Amino acid sequence: MKKTSGIEIENQAIENSIKEIATKLFRNKEVDAILGYSAGTIPMASPPIIIRKESDVNKLVWNNFCSINLAKNLLELVPKSFDDKKNNLKIGIVAKGCVGRALIHLAAENQIELKNIKIIGIACNGIINKKRIEKEIGEREIIDISLFNEDILIKGKGFEQPFSYNEYLNELCKKCKVKSPPTSPELKEICSGKCEEVLSIEDDFKDISDYELKSYDEKWKYVKDLLTNCIRCYACREACPMCYCHLCFVDQNKPLWFGKTTELSEIIIFHLIRAMHLAGRCVACGACTSVCPMGIDLNLITRKLEQIVKERFNFTSGLNIVDLPPMATLNMSDKEDFITEEN
Amino acid sequence: MNLTEIKSEQEEKNLEKEWVPKIIAFLCNWCSYAGADLAGVSRIQYPPSIRVVRVPCSGRINPFFIIKSLVDGWDGVVVSGCHPGDCHYLSGNLVARRRFAVLKDLVTFFGIESDRVHFMWASAAEGERFANLIKKITKTIKELGPNKKFQKNW
Repeated sequence: MKKTSGIEIENQAIENSIKEIATKLFRNKEVDAILGYSAGTIPMASPPIIIRKESDVNKLVWNNFCSINLAKNLLELVPKSFDDKKNNLKIGIVAKGCVGRALIHLAAENQIELKNIKIIGIACNGIINKKRIEKEIGEREIIDISLFNEDILIKGKGFEQPFSYNEYLNELCKKCKVKSPPTSPELKEICSGKCEEVLSIEDDFKDISDYELKSYDEKWKYVKDLLTNCIRCYACREACPMCYCHLCFVDQNKPLWFGKTTELSEIIIFHLIRAMHLAGRCVACGACTSVCPMGIDLNLITRKLEQIVKERFNFTSGLNIVDLPPMATLNMSDKEDFITEEN
Repeated sequence: MNLTEIKSEQEEKNLEKEWVPKIIAFLCNWCSYAGADLAGVSRIQYPPSIRVVRVPCSGRINPFFIIKSLVDGWDGVVVSGCHPGDCHYLSGNLVARRRFAVLKDLVTFFGIESDRVHFMWASAAEGERFANLIKKITKTIKELGPNKKFQKNW
């Protein structure tokens, strides 16, 4: 007898709550459009969708492959969305924890105005790392995916393979402590659904402590092996909600900071500087890793950024709109342990 | 002895000389550059390993300058500015300090020796301190040896 899995029930409950809130928002004329996840046409991918009327609400879905951070799509949508009288359209957005954090951080950086946005908060139950599954499936074609007990069941032509749900979760989702979008008294009006007030996140960063103990040469070798497959397609940049520069440093050619080849040193600079630019801004959504066509795992860098910012500046991005990002502000009493002194 | 002989003799001498690292130094116009100047006019001896780039303020330094220098084969990078609170532009060095903190952590995390990148403060009156720090930095970079991590393998 088939046992209905807990995850499937959870997913169904989340999907129903999305649909319910979306219907309500359309009926009360609180939104003109809603940005959410749709079922898509291929397995293991849930592309974004914009719906404009109540009858389309059933197109919204929730599953464990909704890895895209919709804040990025919203950021591109907002400057284009006006009605005939040049008024801003009101947009609703289906937000898991990291989408909510990205929205709040973008508002803190004055990139979007939250007053025209309605957050449909959901308590995310984790995103599955499809790159790992794809790696194990290899060339074989996936036809169907279902959840069975605590497993993900992958079905294809002539094979059926179960993967443990808990093990194949995205690494960042295993560590995630903000499952639903953070809110604060000033954001109460725009939040609907499940939103939680988060003041700070406690984290011990045990997962990267092993890596930190390695010698310089070992670390360099690890980074080299990790990034050697990078083809510089910049999919990570395109998926990142925080990469909104009109001209990215890799596209600059006056001055030409570094070459455009896939030579290893140039790949490493790209990832190093991108990490530098994301310090204090990365919301750890894992979108960059989930879109990488070469299956490069950037989670380690993401975790390190979180750790640096937490330990040096006691800041976690995207929790409230009041705190300025650490790189945009200064403090006379910062730690100076890295400065070279005479003795 | 003709000219070519003298030249080749000099070249031999140069080869015998021990390896001296090439270090690029970004000095802020108002404090560190004047500090380096003071070290010069006071005739304080320090290793001739640094090549100075004068910048208006340590806040002008994009982390990219530092990475680019390492990629281009400099053995080390020194960034020097005014002491915190003494910045000519009031807060330039405080902004820079945050950037440098993150950069140094990240560079270490990527496996580049953290001793290749140095940040220091030196005021216009601290010629001796400047010389001492450059001595110390040159020594540490000398121990690391040439910077070969970014060598291109075509």
